[in-house]
Amino acid sequence: MLETDRRNFLVRGAALASAFVLSGCTSLSQSPFVLSLLGEVENLTRRAQRLFAGGHALAPEYDRSDIAPVFRANGTLNPNTNDYNIHLAAGFKDWVVAVGGLVEKPLKLSLAELRAMPPRSQITRHDCVEGWSCIGGWKGAPLAPILAMAKPKPEARYVVFYCADPMGEEDVDASGNLIPRPFYYESLDLLEATHPQTILAYELNGAALPVEHGAPIRLRAERQLGYKMPKYVQRIDLVDSFARIGGGKGGYWEDLGYQWYGGI
Amino acid sequence: MTEASETVPQGKLGGLVGRLRGLVGLGSRGPRKPTYLFYRHTIPVRALHWINALCLLVMLMSGLQIFNAHPALYWGNGSDFDHPFLALTAEGTNDNFWGVTRIGPWTFNTDGVLGASDTDGVKGVRGFPQWVTLPSASPNLALGRLWHFAFAWLLAINGVAYFAYVFASGHFRKELLPTADDIKHLPREIVSHATLNFPKGEAAKHYNGIQRLTYFVVIFVLGPLIVLTGLTMSPTMDAAFPFLPWIFGGRQSARTIHFLVAFSFVGFFLIHILALLLSHPWNGLRSMITGRFAIEKETPDA
Repeated sequence: MLETDRRNFLVRGAALASAFVLSGCTSLSQSPFVLSLLGEVENLTRRAQRLFAGGHALAPEYDRSDIAPVFRANGTLNPNTNDYNIHLAAGFKDWVVAVGGLVEKPLKLSLAELRAMPPRSQITRHDCVEGWSCIGGWKGAPLAPILAMAKPKPEARYVVFYCADPMGEEDVDASGNLIPRPFYYESLDLLEATHPQTILAYELNGAALPVEHGAPIRLRAERQLGYKMPKYVQRIDLVDSFARIGGGKGGYWEDLGYQWYGGI
Repeated sequence: MTEASETVPQGKLGGLVGRLRGLVGLGSRGPRKPTYLFYRHTIPVRALHWINALCLLVMLMSGLQIFNAHPALYWGNGSDFDHPFLALTAEGTNDNFWGVTRIGPWTFNTDGVLGASDTDGVKGVRGFPQWVTLPSASPNLALGRLWHFAFAWLLAINGVAYFAYVFASGHFRKELLPTADDIKHLPREIVSHATLNFPKGEAAKHYNGIQRLTYFVVIFVLGPLIVLTGLTMSPTMDAAFPFLPWIFGGRQSARTIHFLVAFSFVGFFLIHILALLLSHPWNGLRSMITGRFAIEKETPDA
């Protein structure tokens, strides 16, 4: 009697457990509550990682001999917009990186001005969120002194990077009009943006940045995954929140479900 | 100690075990000897065991989803895309393709399971099939990562609680730490396990040598290894602890080891379940739920 009850309990329990695992987690993934709960863990991860890495722990740097023969390009390989093609044809001589938003002193920096700043060179490992890695040598202007020049206001918390590459497929709406595609954008908090290895890079492996790697300017934030390092950077805004930018999550991929914190 | 009489379960599993035992020439068990229930697993061990089981399952399935974003493994710091150590990919044309698994210079046709398989009836190029990934549709790297990192915390907290418990309670010293005898008697134990002669009676109250050695390696070697190789894949952790990529020979090596250890856990799980099914499935399962394990009484003529 007792034995039968117990056996039924075990059988039902096992069936329930396997049903939960096979279908349950997938449908749980569609529940906004579960997603927000899983998303909360991101804050825990960020705090824990910051506890160990702080603001100044440097990403490992490598030897010249470690540089990958071909540095894999991912994401946009060519923005191919009219504006971009004009800049490309002109050798980016009129490319300007504007620094604005919550700053005392908005800046407009030409490529020549960025190149004239004291540079930083670093041979680092690029880690893609997909799982692969590539080692490359970057040279660029550190972001921290640029932000200092612009004098962030006390309420500034994040640095948003706006890029020249439109994302997604070309599409038309019901009446046949072209739907404007969103441009890539990303953001870092001030701690990561002012890290010594966070630079506006204009060279890869000793040559001007190739188009597929973000010519003329891409961000390098070496303690982060690749999607946190936007290419074709045109504008840098300091903000107190990204609730009203794009989908409100702080980046193109973040708006599509990726975590904002890209240190893991 | 509680006395209770036991009957041989005749459900599906009982039948399966009978068949398996028949297959290996053990015949059916004789008349049941009287038994009593022995309290074998404490509440913390049972609770931590089941939380761990759930965490490992979610970690494995979400990990395979993450792996599907780039289903190839390499050695070293960077990825040598032309020479992966292992790759799940597809060959053929867009209209006619089949999944293959490449390990070093060898290529195996693994169509339908690895490299290419159906997602809701539509064939596509994907590393692992939909019935082992979380979520099942792939690619869904973003969600795979959310599940993986959430349960990584749960797994780590559970692991720390388990370590604290086994060291504080003496369980580690008394039950888990392999002895010199365990290693000396390993060949004999392997033979007795392989011939399905599992410890009975009083000997079944404690982990046997093979259990101690296996649990020790899985818990105290593979466990920390999978956590550390996982952390090594995080660029911020590598900034905080530069020795991490160094000890594993690079970030891609760490990723490869992470994958191999994950499949060692799968291998352990299969043996763990097989050993349970072949020895005393209901008794063993019950002891991990209620804590109580039926011990056969030693009879004078035995």
